[in-house]
Amino acid sequence: MSKAKEYSTVTSIAGPLLMVEHTAGIKYSEIAEIILKNGEVRHGRVLEINQDKALVQLFEGSMGLNLADSRVRFLGKSLELGVSLDMLGRIFNGLGQPIDKGPSIIPEIKLDINGLSINPCARDYPNEFIQTGISAIDGMTTLVRGQKLPIFSAAGLPHNELAAQIARQAKVLGQEEQFAVVFGAMGITFEEADYFITDFKKTGAIERAVLFMNLADDPAIERIATPRMALTCAEYLAFEKGMHVLVILTDMTNYCEALRQISAARKEIPGRRGYPGYMYTDLATIYERAGRIIGQKGSITQFPILTMPEDDKTHPIPDLTGYITEGQVILSRELHRRGIYPPIDILPSLSRLKEKGIGENKTRGDHGSVTSQIFSSYARGKEVKELAVILGEAALTETDKIYARFSDELESTFINQREDDERSIADTLDLCWKLLLLFPRNELKRVKDAEIEKYFLKGQQFEDK
Amino acid sequence: MSGGKIVKVSGPLVIASDLADVKMYDVVKVGLPQLIGEVIGLDGNTAFIQVYEETAGIGPDEPVSGTGEPLSVELGPGLIGGIYDGIQRPLTVIQQMSGNWIARGIDIPKLDRKKKWTFKAKVSKGEQVITGDIIGTVQETELVEQKIMVPPGLAGEVTMIKSGDCTVEEVVCQLKQDGQSVDIKMAQHWPVRRMRPVKDKLPPSEPLVTGQRVIDTFFPVAKGGTACIPGPFGSGKTVVQHQLAKWADAQIIVYVGCGERGNEMTDVLMEFPKLKDPRSGEPLIKRTVLIANTSNMPVSAREASVYTGITIAEYFRDMGYTVALMADSTSRWAEALREMSGRLEEMPGEEGYPAYLSMRLAEFYERAGKVKCACSEEREGSLSVVGAVSPPGGDLSDPVVQSTLRVVKVFWSLEDKLAYMRHFPAINWLNSYSLYLDNISDYVGNKISPDFLVLRRKAIKLLQDEASLEEIVRLVGVESLSANDRLTLATAKSLREDFLHQMAFDPEDTYTSLQKQYQLLQLIMHFHHLAKEAISRKQNLDDILKYKIREKIAKAKYIPEDKIATFKELFNEVEQVFKGE
Repeated sequence: MSKAKEYSTVTSIAGPLLMVEHTAGIKYSEIAEIILKNGEVRHGRVLEINQDKALVQLFEGSMGLNLADSRVRFLGKSLELGVSLDMLGRIFNGLGQPIDKGPSIIPEIKLDINGLSINPCARDYPNEFIQTGISAIDGMTTLVRGQKLPIFSAAGLPHNELAAQIARQAKVLGQEEQFAVVFGAMGITFEEADYFITDFKKTGAIERAVLFMNLADDPAIERIATPRMALTCAEYLAFEKGMHVLVILTDMTNYCEALRQISAARKEIPGRRGYPGYMYTDLATIYERAGRIIGQKGSITQFPILTMPEDDKTHPIPDLTGYITEGQVILSRELHRRGIYPPIDILPSLSRLKEKGIGENKTRGDHGSVTSQIFSSYARGKEVKELAVILGEAALTETDKIYARFSDELESTFINQREDDERSIADTLDLCWKLLLLFPRNELKRVKDAEIEKYFLKGQQFEDK
Repeated sequence: MSGGKIVKVSGPLVIASDLADVKMYDVVKVGLPQLIGEVIGLDGNTAFIQVYEETAGIGPDEPVSGTGEPLSVELGPGLIGGIYDGIQRPLTVIQQMSGNWIARGIDIPKLDRKKKWTFKAKVSKGEQVITGDIIGTVQETELVEQKIMVPPGLAGEVTMIKSGDCTVEEVVCQLKQDGQSVDIKMAQHWPVRRMRPVKDKLPPSEPLVTGQRVIDTFFPVAKGGTACIPGPFGSGKTVVQHQLAKWADAQIIVYVGCGERGNEMTDVLMEFPKLKDPRSGEPLIKRTVLIANTSNMPVSAREASVYTGITIAEYFRDMGYTVALMADSTSRWAEALREMSGRLEEMPGEEGYPAYLSMRLAEFYERAGKVKCACSEEREGSLSVVGAVSPPGGDLSDPVVQSTLRVVKVFWSLEDKLAYMRHFPAINWLNSYSLYLDNISDYVGNKISPDFLVLRRKAIKLLQDEASLEEIVRLVGVESLSANDRLTLATAKSLREDFLHQMAFDPEDTYTSLQKQYQLLQLIMHFHHLAKEAISRKQNLDDILKYKIREKIAKAKYIPEDKIATFKELFNEVEQVFKGE
């Protein structure tokens, strides 16, 4: 701390921002400690530096600060997180300090929480199938190691249950490897946080988990650091310790609101709906920290959860997220109302890396075509059902009626499953074939004859044969 | 050059004072880590600099020095198969220097300095050469012979020329220009923001065959043309761009990954060396140059990356090659412009984008074209540009989409609704358009068939009829339609599923030659024609639709390219079926 510079020249405070004047030698993005009159220490980061004026963003909020007595100490380094293997099984606050009454962590190394970009040349393409045991995900929006696949949810939908189930069941077939879960909570309620902690404790997953908790009543600005803390810890576990890390970040909507709050306090020109124009870049620096690296054993798979305001997919938060992540799992209020769990709307859901993770030697040779057939038949089925609402069931042709029945069955037997139901990928694909049995052969254009011969359940027949 | 010092740092924007003799768009070195930046504004004693690297850790009073040069690319042997960041630093070399993560302030040569290339002289001593004349060649890869040209601005009598193994920095030729001797090396430089000179621009006349049926047959792009692909996320922009980069019949592909996913660039890097060019059988990477500025890399280098890409593309065009550039996505570039504009506190235009957005886009797309290259011989090259656009929420009223549509000639409208039905490529056949049909009509008329465009028009008409019939069906049900209308629906469905739908991941379906596309379309339309005649002879439509031949038509797209004669048999079979009713 000998190099630390301390100033008591705070000239203005606005929201989470603080202006310090007559500074010298301050660097952009360095970290500052703000010492209050009563000795309390808060943290901040230099957002802008103009000659001898430094603009500092406070992580813990400005409540109780005054101009005369606050002292600011610049530390000459970026925000860092001390990491070590002892972090497994522990709970931290949004700034990485332990809150589970356990001892403090003796760091093995200290890492800059902003990380660096992975060189695209060094990346290894994600292509190892992760079995989540959930048919709608494994079959239709297949997850692979190193992917970033967000859940687009909305208020009142069971995204937490789904995330917990994935954390519990996710595995790579035929391999027993070191696996860890890093959980970053931004602005969720105590009850939601408690749900995860209890679930992790109940299943023993807590032993392999690191939790970073910024709850709804914690300072909003701290949320800017929380996902980066979580990912820094994940990078350490994955690329230093060779673990396969699943990172769950919830709720990204709260993160984006904190970003907007700072932008507004800085009086920046707002982009869409008041969110800053650089939100895409900012979100990318979080999401792009998923991946695999050539020659490294570990991997980071990201599961960000966000709640879509008004269930609107075109809202800037889901919209920009969708442009960065490799697909999305969208939850549907309509399915939820009908009691279907998980209420995954498979048509707009997508996994961009699916094609690389499926097929012979990964899942099964028929995976691609059978699910493509399910998609197109389900899309037609939904259309038919819409038509039936307008014209009445009687107006449907015989073929159309099959489609309507198919989409009902798909929702109630394939998408629907219990929270403790873990289906293998073979079960999931067999279920697909069983559902396709409803159709005459000539309606199934996306599956090839050879696949039917090879994978179709023995003794089963199409209607027209 | 005299040094200045930093006054203000705000993200990628740095303001410096006392920089003597700097010009607009000069490259400067910023701060102690010597980060690379570019001057984007001057005001009195201060210069506004956009820095191409992360600015954390720099602050006021640190030095700034000018290089006196605008942002340039280095052009010469070694470009092909390489992957570069937005300012042409080779990422593979960065990896050797800084490991798996990209460190800052790395200043490395853009082209390999040590590698020796075999230079074959094509001119001899005493000859007169001008700008753009080929003085020699280097066989860079099996697919690309790089032609070493006289750099722009130079001309004169050849006083020295030598063949042999040389590095890009060795002098291979000397000219006498205005009594002075000038050295020519294999590598030359060109500022990225200026178009390379050409003799003449020509109207495009040939289609860029991409092997994608909905593109080549329905909405073709010409060699030297421009196209844009707007679409919401998940509609398959990147897959279409990748398909074009793989199969387009261009001799050189420049792929710019601008602010997109890191894994996508990795995909290209890993897949292209394995994929074979359908014409030469060589790996596709041997004709490809990659520019990667992923979304988490510094935002201002994203702005530069499209210019870096197009300048490299122009260089190959000048050699007389057919070049295609894919930019994915131009929206990220526009957002980088917006971010810098915001930090410069400029008055915003629509949606916060700067008022000069459409001018920048137009300048960029105008660098495409079929040209007479600047040189003493008759040489033609072409540069086609395909830009993806990612409008927020898929909303086509977005300023980037609208500004782009004003300059490009082909519009492939991607629709998420089609993508949900897994109809790929999810290009909407009703909204999309191509303005190159007149340009290419002679070419396809001669090479494929005179009725190619006639068939295309009929097919599009059928699909349009389908859309209006569907509205009627929605109101009164399918029973109320006449047999002819129901046939239209059946054929339109066949067109959609058996012709337009194309699986990028199926080995046979991923590429379709223009000839096969024509045969397939002809087959579907011939069935329609004969069925229509049968209906007029009072034959029952339901019976016609049950013909087994329809299943064969549905599978015709999987017929391999070397068994294209099968189409003749299928065609006869269709005729037989209707004769033997």
